[in-house]
Amino acid sequence: MAAATAAAARRVSCSLLRRDHGHLLPLLRPFASSAGGQPQLTVETSVPFTGHKIDPPSRSVDTNPSELLSIFREMSLMRRMEIAADSLYKSKLIRGFCHLYDGQEAVAIGLEAAITKKDAIITAYRDHCIYLARGGSLVESFAELMGRRAGCSKGKGGSMHFYKKESGFFGGHGIVGAQVPLGCGLAFAQRYLKEGTVTFALYGDGAANQGQLFEALNISALWDLPVILVCENNHYGMGTAEWRAAKSPAYYKRGDYVPGLKVDGMDVLAVKQACKFAKEYALQNGPIILEMDTYRYHGHSMSDPGSTYRTRDEITGVRQERDPIERVRKLIVSYELATASELKDIEKEVRKEVDEAIAQAKESPMPDPSELFTNVYVKGFGVEAFGADRKEVKAVLP
Amino acid sequence: MCHLKNIFHYINIELKGGVFFVVVTKPSPLPLLSLPIFPLAVLDFEIDRKMLGVARRKLGFGLFSATRVLPAGSVLPRKYSTAAKEITVREALNSALDEEMSADPKVFLMGEEVGEYQGAYKISKGLLEKYGPDRVLDTPITEAGFTGIGVGAAYYGLRPVVEFMTFNFSMQAIDHIINSAAKSNYMSAGQISVPIVFRGPNGAAAGVGAQHSQCYAAWYAHVPGLKVLSPYSSEDARGLLKAAIRDPDPVVFLENELLYGESFPVSAEVLDSSFCLPIGKAKIEREGKHVTITAFSKMVGYALQAAEILSKEGIDAEVINLRSIRPLDRATINASVRKTNRLVTVEEGFPQHGVGAEICMSVMEESFEYLDAPVERIAGADVPMPYAANLERMAVPQVDDIVRATKRACYRSVPMAAAA
Repeated sequence: MAAATAAAARRVSCSLLRRDHGHLLPLLRPFASSAGGQPQLTVETSVPFTGHKIDPPSRSVDTNPSELLSIFREMSLMRRMEIAADSLYKSKLIRGFCHLYDGQEAVAIGLEAAITKKDAIITAYRDHCIYLARGGSLVESFAELMGRRAGCSKGKGGSMHFYKKESGFFGGHGIVGAQVPLGCGLAFAQRYLKEGTVTFALYGDGAANQGQLFEALNISALWDLPVILVCENNHYGMGTAEWRAAKSPAYYKRGDYVPGLKVDGMDVLAVKQACKFAKEYALQNGPIILEMDTYRYHGHSMSDPGSTYRTRDEITGVRQERDPIERVRKLIVSYELATASELKDIEKEVRKEVDEAIAQAKESPMPDPSELFTNVYVKGFGVEAFGADRKEVKAVLP
Repeated sequence: MCHLKNIFHYINIELKGGVFFVVVTKPSPLPLLSLPIFPLAVLDFEIDRKMLGVARRKLGFGLFSATRVLPAGSVLPRKYSTAAKEITVREALNSALDEEMSADPKVFLMGEEVGEYQGAYKISKGLLEKYGPDRVLDTPITEAGFTGIGVGAAYYGLRPVVEFMTFNFSMQAIDHIINSAAKSNYMSAGQISVPIVFRGPNGAAAGVGAQHSQCYAAWYAHVPGLKVLSPYSSEDARGLLKAAIRDPDPVVFLENELLYGESFPVSAEVLDSSFCLPIGKAKIEREGKHVTITAFSKMVGYALQAAEILSKEGIDAEVINLRSIRPLDRATINASVRKTNRLVTVEEGFPQHGVGAEICMSVMEESFEYLDAPVERIAGADVPMPYAANLERMAVPQVDDIVRATKRACYRSVPMAAAA
């Protein structure tokens, strides 16, 4: 079996061994699995899934070369974006809160690979990469972080409030745990309108203890809402390790009567498999919980060095053993879908793309002062709104 | 017959952009008020002489004088309708919900006991039978959870009506009302609008104690991004609830349990399914020239009673029913104060940082030179609501309190005759 797939891979790889990797570009169609006669690859996940009140899916995941290359590129892009955001924050171009996702890319990408833009995603404040995965652009992302007009929320939201409603991304929320009932509400609407789609509500191990989560889960289970609760367990709720916050850190079991699956969140194909499985389940049966065992390299936010509550050895250990991008790189190289240097070229290209996006975002001006008063309401009825000195600054809300 | 002439002096019908508007004007510095009449609505112009001057309400503050001019601000052509149909506030809310659910399949109702129980206060009676369990949803007693679900459904484009059994319980869900609903349109620069209505009884009932009696008007009206409405009469209840459900923004709709059973006369126009009241516009319930009294919800009834008592002592009070706490109709309030030069604000809630404080400040900012006396405010006592009947009576404004404060605003604490 393995020999056959390896042979198939080598047949493909013959055409990929040329130096110029421009030919790789047509292969970088996002997530076209088994499209147009591409060879299927079957890859085993790093560890088997663990189920709670459910039979877990198989460890064997179907994929294909273009999907893997596309995944590699996307994850590199996300990694680069977050690292660039780190520098921008340190040079004070990004202000306030900035919660970085590097290390967790596999969850965003694997999820996206399993669903369509008609499915909905909602998450908390660590949202830059989910926004990108949902089709957001780098320029809009950086511009929003820097509070510029070209930002996805026109500079009025900031790091925690990215949205892309037309591709099913509902934010971007600052209140820990609030996004879970909201996600159940999205699923309610999907079922109400008979759309045949699902909602993935992402939350962290810190939010997993929130009461409203259990309230929403109860209602979702009662009403068979097509919602998948995804716990991105990076093992630290801000500075508090999971074993200090949760009596039971087996988050996939916390749904009690709701089944759950524990997934290696650093293995993008495992994430894809689990999300695909969960979507099919939720459409038939109602809510299910996925616990993604993942890790963040940065601290909780840019004001957290991330080392007062965990050791540097732990961080470097995870980076060496479990880094999601490295895993995909090894996979691609071992299947000879591209050489290591071709992948490095992709990374260089990604870096250039990110730098160009930052330059473009920097050129975008700050919002016009009149934007202070826009979007307070959809329909303002011509009512007056006031600035700090109401005799000086006021506006009519249209 | 003389009233007919008066009526036509006051009323103009204008055609603007294909819609008929009934415009009430008066030769005095009061704001023009106009109400759009949808083409399907039928205006009944017949004058039933029996109806003239009869606006008897079961609240028992007596007949309006038959020769009294009906307030110009009352655009609703009560005087036009042939039969005075009376409906309770409960019936008004129920019919409004029914009609809006019928008109738009995206509207649904959720809350505790709204379905099989027929509504904790029977506001949603019959709706489960009519619309089924997919649109009238009984929730568990988990406000944070179901309010979040309601807001999420609104994000997706549905039009939820979330009922709180009383607004005291809304505090369990207040994060979703403020942070998830009110602010989303702004934070997303218009991408995520939230067409949701949060409704339920607000303020004091009778003998329900401290945790079940708070008024939240000031709390919610504080927040930009929310609209806050509070009806008094059946006409208010119908028109404002319909406006709230049709509105694309989050609306907090503050009802009053003690008003549910009160009956008010309503015209045919009010009963029409296209009837709607504008958000952000107050109503002048009673015209006057000596002093302005503002109130909302139950206190409107008390203010009208106070006005009757005061009129016997020669004080002619103008009573404004705010209807909309946010946006506040500063224009109507200020125009009234510029006419009367004196103001008393009345509310049921706690006094500090209350609605009256905002109204007072607004008048001071815009009409300072017109004030002949300091603004008076009547509010609930600054204590948690006690249970004992005598203490409870002291904790909530009474008609006497409004009368006394109004006299102070008029610099009279004894009847006019004695002062001479």
